[in-house]
Parts: sequence; structure tokens; C-alpha cells
Amino acid sequence: MATLRDIKRRIKAVQSTSKITKAMKMVAASKFRRAQQRMFEMRPYADRMNTILTNLAGSAEGEVHPLLAVRPRRNVEVLVLTSDRGLCGAFNANILKAAMNHVDELRADGFEVRISAVGRKAVDFFKRRSIEQRRAWTGISGKISYYNAQEIAGEIIENYSNEEVDEVILVYNEFKSVVAQRVVIARLLPLAPITAAEESQQVYNFIYEPSMKEIFNSLVPKNVEIQIYRALLESQASEEAARMSAMENATQAANDMIGSLTLQFNKARQASITKELMDIVGGVEALKG
Amino acid sequence: MTEGKLLLEIVTPQGLIFSQEVDEVTASGTEGEFGILPGHVPFVATLKIGMLSCKVGTEVKYFFVNWGYAEVSNDKVLILADSAERSDEIDFERAKAAMQRAEERMRQAENVDFKRAETAIERAVTRIQIAELKRLK
Repeated sequence: MATLRDIKRRIKAVQSTSKITKAMKMVAASKFRRAQQRMFEMRPYADRMNTILTNLAGSAEGEVHPLLAVRPRRNVEVLVLTSDRGLCGAFNANILKAAMNHVDELRADGFEVRISAVGRKAVDFFKRRSIEQRRAWTGISGKISYYNAQEIAGEIIENYSNEEVDEVILVYNEFKSVVAQRVVIARLLPLAPITAAEESQQVYNFIYEPSMKEIFNSLVPKNVEIQIYRALLESQASEEAARMSAMENATQAANDMIGSLTLQFNKARQASITKELMDIVGGVEALKG
Repeated sequence: MTEGKLLLEIVTPQGLIFSQEVDEVTASGTEGEFGILPGHVPFVATLKIGMLSCKVGTEVKYFFVNWGYAEVSNDKVLILADSAERSDEIDFERAKAAMQRAEERMRQAENVDFKRAETAIERAVTRIQIAELKRLK
């Protein structure tokens, strides 16, 4: 049986763990609020961008932009977004599992698959499994800027235009609520073919200024950037939310443990007092005799 | 939506900054300034650094727009800008300081990203103009 001092030491240790996890939760909570705000600010822009592109693509004729053209799939690139840091529950594990499953499926269907990773967690994961990565970006989670999205989008667009890849899939955590993140596997390129027949949308006869070609040339790549940027922000908010609830759980577990250890401590103390008392009473009885 | 009105929406990556029914919109496109009245044909244009103004009744509102797109359809004007500010949000002093910095860079002639300095000056000048316009009123 553990001695009183052992139990006391354990209580101390668990208490300090609980303090740390609690502090981490607070940090995650404040980072989360900031990330969430940025994400909410971004949403209307990304939505409107889609509206414009839908209106335009639905009304334009012929092949307007290479990134909108669908060609036979052979080489597929999977872009996985994870975090740089751990201690955020199943956040990274979920995404990597989903990504691996998807990659295996694609391989089974006979496609050439390449992987690109954002975040140290994904990079290490693929390295451990000796899975080759075309490109790895690390050190951006926590301080995402539009420039990061531009850089990633730029490379992807270039590879797509060179016909090195025929399809790009984005795997990331979508922010649903503080307690729920959803793994999303979405096609980034080619941009979903939007036809006028779809959703029985209205066909407009647009006047373009300067020209249709120029508008598409700047709008389409921009849309790719925006989509990546949005995914980065969603992933960021999800990460902090996941960390928040993971740390909340850890603090809870530590407190439960402190409770049961204290109980054990009191029982042991009581037992030793009773034992001492019995000894004294026994001694007194013996002397009387 | 009210008949004979335009719904003007200005969105940037920093959020929806303006959404209101107006009577008339004037914006600076890359090919020149254009005006939009209710009943305009569907229209798409790219915007340069410049001023955007809208009329609500007799009141005129001014905005600073930093690159972007304008889409007009169904009496709805959608402005997607890299950044945009309402005229009363423009920081006059900051714009002036930015202009001085850019001019300084230009003067140093060597190792200067000329294009960048030029856009910085353009931005600052436009901001100052819009802010002054507001002051005169």
C-alpha cells in the first residue's frame, strides 16, 4: 500500500498538470476567438466570389479558362492541411486517417497520387511512413496570412497548367462548432464545372470590361487562392477549438484524479490514526493487567 | 428590394463593409470611371485603386477601393475588393506618412521596387483625395 507521503506527492504532481492544461486551454480559447473572427470575416467574401464565378461561368460560352476545363484524370495531387503543434485531441489523426484512406482509394482506382502537406504534423506523419511528399509547408499555422495562400495556390496552379497534375484534392478540417470539426475532402481543381442548366440559374448576357478573357484570367486564379485561404482559416479555427476541448477534458480528468487520490489519502490517514489508537489502547490494557 | 433602387454590397477579406439600397453608384474601373443606375445591363469590370461613390437620395457616400471586381446583375452591385474603406474611416495622417515613405524610396533610385512604390503613392494620393473631399463638405 502506498504511503501517505507517496500519495501526497502524486496529488501535487497531478495538481500541477491540471494547472498547465488549464492555462493551455485559456491560451487556446483566446487564439480560437481570433481565428474564428478572421474566418467569419472571410466567409462573405468567399461566398460572393463563388456567386460571381457561378454567374459568369454559367453565362460564358466555350472554353473560357484552363482551370475550368476538365481533362481526363491521371495524376492526382492531394493537399493535406494539418497543424504544426500537437495536443489538440484527434484533430490531426482524423485528417491524416481520412487523407490516407482517400489516397489508397485513388491508388486502387489506378491513379497516380502525389501528396503535399501543410503543417509539421502531416509532414512527420508521411515521413515516418516513408511516403514521398511533393511539397511540404511548415511554420504557417498560427500566423496564416493571405500571402501563404497565394504561395500555395501559385504552385498548384502552375503544376495544373503544366498538366503535371490533372486534379487537386484538398483535405482539411471544416469548422462546424467548438465541439465539432468535420473532415472535408473537396476538389480544388479543376473548379467544379458550373453549367447554366444546374440549379436552373439565370443566364446573364454580361458586358465585360476590359474583356472576358482578362476577367477570367484574374478572377479564376484568385478564386483558387481564396479557397485555399479559407480552408487554412477554417483549419486554424478548428485546431484551436480542438485544442480547447482536449485541454478542457485533460483538466477535468486531472481534477477527477485529484479527487480520488484525496479520498485515498484520507482513508490511509484514517487507517494510520486508528492503528496508532489501537496500539495505545492495547498498551494501556497490557499495563493494567 | 424597392423598385428603382440598387442594392450595393462591398465585401473584402475583412468582411462585409457596406450593404444598403442606393440610387446610383460610380466606380473607377481599370478602363475608366463608370456609373450605374437601376436597370443596368449585366456587367462585370475590374476595379483599380480609386474612389467609389454612391448616392442615397441627396446624400453622397464615398469609399476608397483598392483593386477588385464589380459585378452588376438584377439591380445588385457587388464589389469584391482587396480592401476598402469608408471615407470617414480613412486615416489622413497615415496616408500622408505612407506617401512620404514611398516618395523617399523612389528618390533613392537604386534597388527600388519601382512598381511597388508607385502603387503605394497612388494609394496614398487617392486616400488623401477622398478624405479631403469629405472635409470640404
